Amino acid sequence: MDKARAPGVVAGRLSGEEIARNFADLHPPLDAHEARVEADRCYFCFDAPCVTACPTAIDIPLFIRQIQSADVVGAGETILRQNILGGTCARVCPTETLCEEACVRNLAEEKPVAIGLLQRHATDRVMAEGRQLFERAAPSGRRVAVVGAGPAGLACAHRLALHGHAVTLFEARPKAGGLNEYGIAAYKMVDDFAAREVDYLLGVGGIELRRGVALGREVTLEELRRDHDAVFLGLGLGGTNALGVAGESLEGVQDAVDYIAALRQSDDPSNLPVGRRVVVIGGGMTAIDIAVQTKRLGAEEVTLVYRRGREQMKASAYEQQLAQTSGVRLLTWAVPAEIRGEAGRVSEVVFDRVTEEDGRLVALGERFELPADQVFKAIGQSFLAETLAESGLALSGGRLRVDAERCTSLAGVWAGGDCVAGGQDLTVAAVEDGKQAAEAIHRALGAAAAA
Amino acid sequence: MVDIRNDFLGIKSPNPFWLASAPPTDRAVNVTRAFKAGWGGVVWKTLGEDPPIVNVNGPRYGAIHGADRRLLGFNNIELISDRALQANLREIKQVKRDWPDRAMVVSLMVPCEEASWKAILPLVEETGADGIELNFGCPHGMSERGMGAAVGQVPEYVEMVARWCKQHTRMPVIVKLTPNITDVRFAARAARRGGADAVSLINTVNSIMGVDLDLMAPAPHTDGKGTHGGYCGPAVKPIALHMVADIARDPECAGLPISGIGGIATWRDAAEFMALGAGNVQVCTAAMTYGFKIVEEMTAGLKHWMAQQGYGRLEDFVGKAVPNVTDWQYLNLNYVVKARIDQDLCIQCGRCHIVCEDTSHQAITATKDGRRWFEVKDEDCVGCNLCVSVCPVEDCITMERLTEGVDPRTGRPIDPAYANWTTHPNNPMAKAAE
Repeated sequence: MDKARAPGVVAGRLSGEEIARNFADLHPPLDAHEARVEADRCYFCFDAPCVTACPTAIDIPLFIRQIQSADVVGAGETILRQNILGGTCARVCPTETLCEEACVRNLAEEKPVAIGLLQRHATDRVMAEGRQLFERAAPSGRRVAVVGAGPAGLACAHRLALHGHAVTLFEARPKAGGLNEYGIAAYKMVDDFAAREVDYLLGVGGIELRRGVALGREVTLEELRRDHDAVFLGLGLGGTNALGVAGESLEGVQDAVDYIAALRQSDDPSNLPVGRRVVVIGGGMTAIDIAVQTKRLGAEEVTLVYRRGREQMKASAYEQQLAQTSGVRLLTWAVPAEIRGEAGRVSEVVFDRVTEEDGRLVALGERFELPADQVFKAIGQSFLAETLAESGLALSGGRLRVDAERCTSLAGVWAGGDCVAGGQDLTVAAVEDGKQAAEAIHRALGAAAAA
Repeated sequence: MVDIRNDFLGIKSPNPFWLASAPPTDRAVNVTRAFKAGWGGVVWKTLGEDPPIVNVNGPRYGAIHGADRRLLGFNNIELISDRALQANLREIKQVKRDWPDRAMVVSLMVPCEEASWKAILPLVEETGADGIELNFGCPHGMSERGMGAAVGQVPEYVEMVARWCKQHTRMPVIVKLTPNITDVRFAARAARRGGADAVSLINTVNSIMGVDLDLMAPAPHTDGKGTHGGYCGPAVKPIALHMVADIARDPECAGLPISGIGGIATWRDAAEFMALGAGNVQVCTAAMTYGFKIVEEMTAGLKHWMAQQGYGRLEDFVGKAVPNVTDWQYLNLNYVVKARIDQDLCIQCGRCHIVCEDTSHQAITATKDGRRWFEVKDEDCVGCNLCVSVCPVEDCITMERLTEGVDPRTGRPIDPAYANWTTHPNNPMAKAAE
């Protein structure tokens, strides 16, 4: 039987070659010539809008000028000084809504300088040469616990290490990297980049990585505070939001983030079972990522259903376009009413058509069904506050409350990344949180030493 | 209808675009290809005495590049023709016979002795060539042997050799001038005194293109050593325009025909040289960068521009800009301009602001009401044109003349009258206004 059109959730819909092609680098790197041509387009603006638009304030005109003048490693240093995960950010940042949206070339000819690709060019060169560009300060004798080896924790640990502090980096999962390792779409992070970047970052020294250690499981916040001079929490979002409709527990209905993690950890994605008809519920980056990836795994029909309109989707216009050009159908203004199944397996999803009245979604009384043998929930993730319930950490909107210095309500505890309130839920924003928290911790430790 | 036929010293060509004496005109196969492509004439690569010189077997050319490796400057250490004299003469004769409507001028360089010139001139005349160009410009190699620029840098030699040539041939004589000299007019005047019919300029400029920082040697190099070469291409055009204009407006050179050379890459470049007094132009680097086909753009562009301007023949605009080239002392000091930024065209790069702020007169804002905004402050703007020069968008910043009221910078009323430095009160040498 033709596996490509087989009903149900099956593996091997596409050949290994097709899968390899589908999961190749979404934006292949620039070669040296392409980089020089593109770098020549930068105007070296005064008070450049792209820098203002970058959450980590990378000096973009400077690093591009360094590429122009053939100092590519120097360009990498300019980037990594501000953002030690500049390699990942070059791949995953929604540049179309950050630096590249701000590029004055948009006004000139509606084609920004390809800042992301140039950043990748420079950081790839640094990684390829394997040179550590920054030196650690003399040991301070201070110990800092960093919990969570995602972008925020990694950036925080690296900056603390540069200041000479001894860092212990705790990671609950078997691998460091957080969403870089487990969450981002595979075609954005090819060749095991997340792991290579972690290795490079830890290469600075002074950071002890302890994997498989989770807060609230193997270690408590009290213990960390007791044994360290400061604690940074980069916990990410451990929970996923539920749809709250009948049939959610049917076989074939699952969280997008779990599937994406499995995909990222798979040595051979063609072994991953995927439905023939896939329905994705949600409108953010995770929804796009799961929709595009299941399509590229060989699902015949993938429909992404979002409760509001295209403009309200959290996924950028570019990401929506990526989904469409990958063959994903986007349906808007519909919410799931019920998931139906046969013999315990999902068979279709019933949607209510809705509209917005005074900011609230109102059902129009019109229903439709989408046949489905696999349904992915991608309606947001939540902070798992339970493990910290006893700690006295103040929350805001269900996430950790921090001040401008990323200090929590508990003395000696800082936090950043997706687990804190008011963030942008972006890798680059998490890196900035980690970096700022590290600087705040360093100042605090210095002040404590002086006292 | 626009007629771009050219008559230079009686040498006729279907258009004013000649290929300069250089590698593209070294042999029949190249020149034939050039004529097929539409070039109006050639100056055949410089002939010398037998035995022919030898060239290096390594790099002859070097370049500097702008964005996207656009070739901005070019240099060479190639010498004159390295082929036997007879081979060149035979080919010149054949090509001229095959292409009678094209200009065929032959470049010459022999030792600075009358006998040498007297010997070679009849041989060239016999080919049916239309004229000769005396290569007094080559700055490398040949100059070490007392030829090329070594002659061009000594006006007395220029005059002497020009005179010999006029005595020993009926062909028109063009003297090609070197820019590696303090004041090109002295060489031009000498050429005229010697009886030369015209000058052509500029030849190439002494130059080292770069340094290989690994080898610690000039780049390109020959077995680890480098020597200066002749610089040309778009980067030298302003130098050439100045020298052409200087000769064109020199009373002692009045009426001396000029063939303009130096970085001409488009019809527009050619029109600029001709407006400054060149009767025609010679091209090399642009052809060596893109091939001969560029002449199609040049002839078409020149025709379209002339039609638009109402010029029927080349003579209608040749030299037309010369009266407007003057000395600094005669510039109108009452002419006051201010930069104007077209906010609709502005792309907000801010370069006008930062260069004015850092390096000039602090006359352009960076913000207005807290947001990014670039606007000229008339009270500080001296009208220097730096912002125009660095703005990436053409015509976004322009210079606007103040014709009435007060200059907010100086507080002085705008004076519509012309007044220059010669009568300015700050000039210790000022002459009283009459």
